Amino acid sequence: MAPPRHLLLILLAAASLATLAAAVYEDQVGLADWHQKYIGKVKQAVYHSQKSGRRRVVVLTEENVIASLDLRSGDIFWRHVIEKNDPVDQLGLSLAKYAVTLSMGGSTLRAWNLPDGQMIWETNLQVSKSSKPLLHFLSNSKVAKDNLVLVSAGQWIYAVSSIDGVIAWGKEFSLDGLEIKQVLQSPENDILYVVGIAGSSKLNLYQLNAKTGEVVKHIQESFPGALCGETILGSHNVLVALDETRSGLFLIEFKGESINYNKVHISDLVQDLSGRVKLLPLMSNGIIALQASSTVSLLKLKGIDGLEVIQSFEQPAAVSNALTITEKDEGFAVVRHMGSEIEFIVKFTSDVSNEVIREKINIDQHRGNIQKVFLNNYIRTDKSHGFRALLVLEDHSLLLVQQGNVVWSREDGLASIIDVTTSELPVEKDGVSVANVEHNLFEWLKGHMLKLKGTLMLASADELAAIQALRLKNSEKNKMTRDHNGFRKLLILLTKAGKVIALHTGDGRIIWSNLLPSLRASKSGEMPSALRIYQWQVPHHRVMRENPSILVVGRSGTDSAAPGVLSVLDSYSGEELNSLKFDHSVVQIIPLMLKDSSEQRLHLIVDSHYRAHLYPRSPDAINVFLHEIPNTYFYTVDIEKNVIRGHSLQKSCDLSSDDEYCFSTKELWSIVFPSDAERIAITETRKMNEVVHTQAKIIADQDVMYKYLSKNLVFVATVSPKAASEIGSAAPEEAWLVAYLIDAVTGRILHRVTHHGAQGPVHAVVSENWVVYLYFNLRAHRFEMAVIEIYDQSRADNKDVLKLILGKHNLSAPITSYIRSEVMVKSQSYFFTHSVKTMTVTQTAKGITSKQLLIGTIGDQVLALDKRFVDPRRSVNPTQQEKEEGIIPLTDSLPIIPMSYVTHSLQVEALRGIVAIPSKLESTTLVFTYGVDLFYTRLAPSRTYDSLTDEFSYALLLITIVALVAAIIFTWIWSEKKELNDKWR
Amino acid sequence: MAACLPLLLLALFAVALACVGVDAAYQPRSAEGHTIAGRIKIDAAITSAKGFGLPAKTSNTKVILNGGQRVTFARPDGYFAFHNVPAGTHLIEVSSLGYLFSPVRVDISARNPGHIQAALTDTRRVLNELVLEPLREEQYYEIREPFSIMSLLKSPMGLMLGFMVIMVFVMPKMMENIDPEEMKQAQEQMRNSPVPSFSGLLARANS
Repeated sequence: MAPPRHLLLILLAAASLATLAAAVYEDQVGLADWHQKYIGKVKQAVYHSQKSGRRRVVVLTEENVIASLDLRSGDIFWRHVIEKNDPVDQLGLSLAKYAVTLSMGGSTLRAWNLPDGQMIWETNLQVSKSSKPLLHFLSNSKVAKDNLVLVSAGQWIYAVSSIDGVIAWGKEFSLDGLEIKQVLQSPENDILYVVGIAGSSKLNLYQLNAKTGEVVKHIQESFPGALCGETILGSHNVLVALDETRSGLFLIEFKGESINYNKVHISDLVQDLSGRVKLLPLMSNGIIALQASSTVSLLKLKGIDGLEVIQSFEQPAAVSNALTITEKDEGFAVVRHMGSEIEFIVKFTSDVSNEVIREKINIDQHRGNIQKVFLNNYIRTDKSHGFRALLVLEDHSLLLVQQGNVVWSREDGLASIIDVTTSELPVEKDGVSVANVEHNLFEWLKGHMLKLKGTLMLASADELAAIQALRLKNSEKNKMTRDHNGFRKLLILLTKAGKVIALHTGDGRIIWSNLLPSLRASKSGEMPSALRIYQWQVPHHRVMRENPSILVVGRSGTDSAAPGVLSVLDSYSGEELNSLKFDHSVVQIIPLMLKDSSEQRLHLIVDSHYRAHLYPRSPDAINVFLHEIPNTYFYTVDIEKNVIRGHSLQKSCDLSSDDEYCFSTKELWSIVFPSDAERIAITETRKMNEVVHTQAKIIADQDVMYKYLSKNLVFVATVSPKAASEIGSAAPEEAWLVAYLIDAVTGRILHRVTHHGAQGPVHAVVSENWVVYLYFNLRAHRFEMAVIEIYDQSRADNKDVLKLILGKHNLSAPITSYIRSEVMVKSQSYFFTHSVKTMTVTQTAKGITSKQLLIGTIGDQVLALDKRFVDPRRSVNPTQQEKEEGIIPLTDSLPIIPMSYVTHSLQVEALRGIVAIPSKLESTTLVFTYGVDLFYTRLAPSRTYDSLTDEFSYALLLITIVALVAAIIFTWIWSEKKELNDKWR
Repeated sequence: MAACLPLLLLALFAVALACVGVDAAYQPRSAEGHTIAGRIKIDAAITSAKGFGLPAKTSNTKVILNGGQRVTFARPDGYFAFHNVPAGTHLIEVSSLGYLFSPVRVDISARNPGHIQAALTDTRRVLNELVLEPLREEQYYEIREPFSIMSLLKSPMGLMLGFMVIMVFVMPKMMENIDPEEMKQAQEQMRNSPVPSFSGLLARANS
């Protein structure tokens, strides 16, 4: 028999192993977590025209999502997120049964079943490169029994059966540089007209047999000026094309065998021509829409003789496509802004001067301008036509309007989050009672009876549901005040549209949102881009009267040299407190650990000339900062030049400008990687706000190892040029990966290791004194996760107790990067099964709790992997002491325990980022995951050792106490009796 | 777990060149790529038998080539294909919620066109046919243990109760069983060697 001590240890080890996979029970779903589904900014929408069943709309979005939405509520019926490198260009419905999508530059055609979203067929087409592939449905089923879908891209045109995806015919036009622009179908016979532009000025018209694809006729016509390629169909035989300068229109008429054309100057029609002129797609019956920067004009074609302006709308306004209402008539919608309201106008193309509908609709001011309108009609009970429309707004949200009301809205800007930060909620004020939740005694008793039943497993299914509802209602997680455990926070999200949205961590509801004016598109068409979001001011407890604020940094253009913009927002209300336009660009933003007297955090913004600008621009901030200049270092990574540089700051910028908030920088060191052998794949540092609890690690044989803890540790991975592209392109012999650990102050390379036969994609996490990085091992053809732990050898002598007592240790000596400390490195690598999209590590308030790696897998799930699995000290047969320490026996691959999926049975589609936020409770970390979907949960890497779990059985406690009291009373009576008996004896 | 892998059922292997099936007229002149065609087989019987499994739906089953370079979806019958894949060694992964699939290594030989070989990366098993079956079903939730007296007794409070019961009922019995003489002896010993107290120590030190 094993000695009892060992038995205990084994038990302990078993218990600790059991905690490696902490999972939720199925009935706990939704208690601490929430999941929200989004689709992104809609770029195409097609309504179902079927009579019966629920009305739906199929949409295609800029996040590459195809989704079927319920028209009544806006809920998602089904949804597919297509990979970013397979961009979907076109969407259409076929046979009222399938949604057909064309993607990857016209080379992939897929059909999706409308009711459930199942992919029915997929056809791969060989096409030449094309900027805009086209999808055309042959409306007349006279041509072929199986409805044909026409796909054209570049010089190719295909006819594909929409039933099974079989290619009926394909045709390549042998004209160099031809780009097919329009495909028309003659209503009378089986002739297809294909219009293409070759070079920039040669218009080609082909007549094809729709059944076989044979060319019946080919006409070519050269134009005096070049065309820009933008064309629309004015009426059934007139094409309108913009010329290269975007100042003239060609009206081109096809009449049997000939092409006639006429040039019209836009300036004759529209007064203001500033900005970019665009043709809005597809009106019909001789009506076209022309968009200039200040107006949207409706023009009527008069043959090819000219155009006539019917009506002009001030920008911002949007015009929908034409919608066939009767056989002859088509309707279209114009939406424009009228002060705080929008005006929704529907007109018929046969009589443009009349308005069928003019409705005023109130919409939220924080949604910006209307960008797209998709019109749909329905038959009212009195047989007249009713209209509804989907509106796409500047903040990417989607609204359905009908009868002057917004029926539903979707906040789809949340599908494209750029950056995340958090804010504490306000402190609960005295005198505000929140305890009136359980006012009714009977209700209270009933609730507790139900809970008791639930604990004793006596509850029926209905009662279980009631318990769940009660738990959700009574849990205080949704309150708008700060809680003791720090679980309630505001997640402040910056989206691609330039909108800042605050979500409550309790249930994910939107608290406020603000479309920042500085990040909105300007009239000149310049698109600003949002960059990062930071905490700007976090008031200390004593000055709680002030609200915290956040900083949003962006660029006023898409180019990296564009001047930056800055906004400061109130965290509780979302109001913009301050906004600023820089006179310099934004390349790198360095949040400093310093605060000025008003507790604003100091930020350095580095521009493209390596000058650093200090914000906030206050004399107080500069006073604080001047003391810290000698200790401020930063590094820059130039991926193009394959260089990492370290910089220090120098006082004052230029002699010419007297801007005291600007500092010039000095290059201290640089590491140039040889471009023919290594390309920088990734650089990673520790999180700024990471807390480390202990500097030393006591290993099994009572020995102490000192962690090398430096905020300046940078992990850099380079791969060989051949291995820089995707898996499958490089052979193991020509692929290698070099991992570096660099001190960012001195540029000293602390450690360097080469992995042969390895290639990217590389993902890395740096925390405390370790780095975990993932790459692809070409030899084993599996992903590999490597770990490097780095220990400080120069402090290893401090183990001597005598020295510690006598004060001869160097523990209190100031730590500086200029001491060339000896480091010791331990490393190990393990196989990992899945491809990884992103990786991060949990963070807790004090850094005591053990860490878990949060791995976003290719299946859009988040896996929590205990750091102990990627310990370099794992060995095949750990000694008894090592087992005590919790070292897991070595395995070649890392286990995937399904219960340790943080996202349990949910997926965060198109997963892009995972953020771990420490709560006030040491055991718990808050995890927010974003992609097209959002997911939030609480995670306790070592279980909640510092608080009772929700699972704690209060009933059992109560029963025990009652039983104990009963036992005491019973034994007391018993002993009394016995004593009495003794006395009588 | 390894024993119950349904992979043993794997059979043939399918190879298809890009130019299979359709008329040569619309075949590209520069067709270099190969086609990887295969099938995903999720046995509906395994799924529905157990209560907790997610319904066997292939509509959300994605097939991923080279870690996201290309993604395709499985058709209702489970078939999938990647077209125009260059020669080389590739990796195919299957993502289907509720199932764990082993990644598959696919070798397309450049010298021997059309020769494609596939093997599971986890076990290095060579597949004769590109039929992918899940290694196991994934159970994302912990299963609640049914209520039992034993679990109640094992809880700290149960142990406390148990200990108390022992002290109350068993200890007096044990005390009774002790020989009265032995008891006396023990008491004697206790008296002779008093517990050294701190104040006593101090007093001794002062004297």
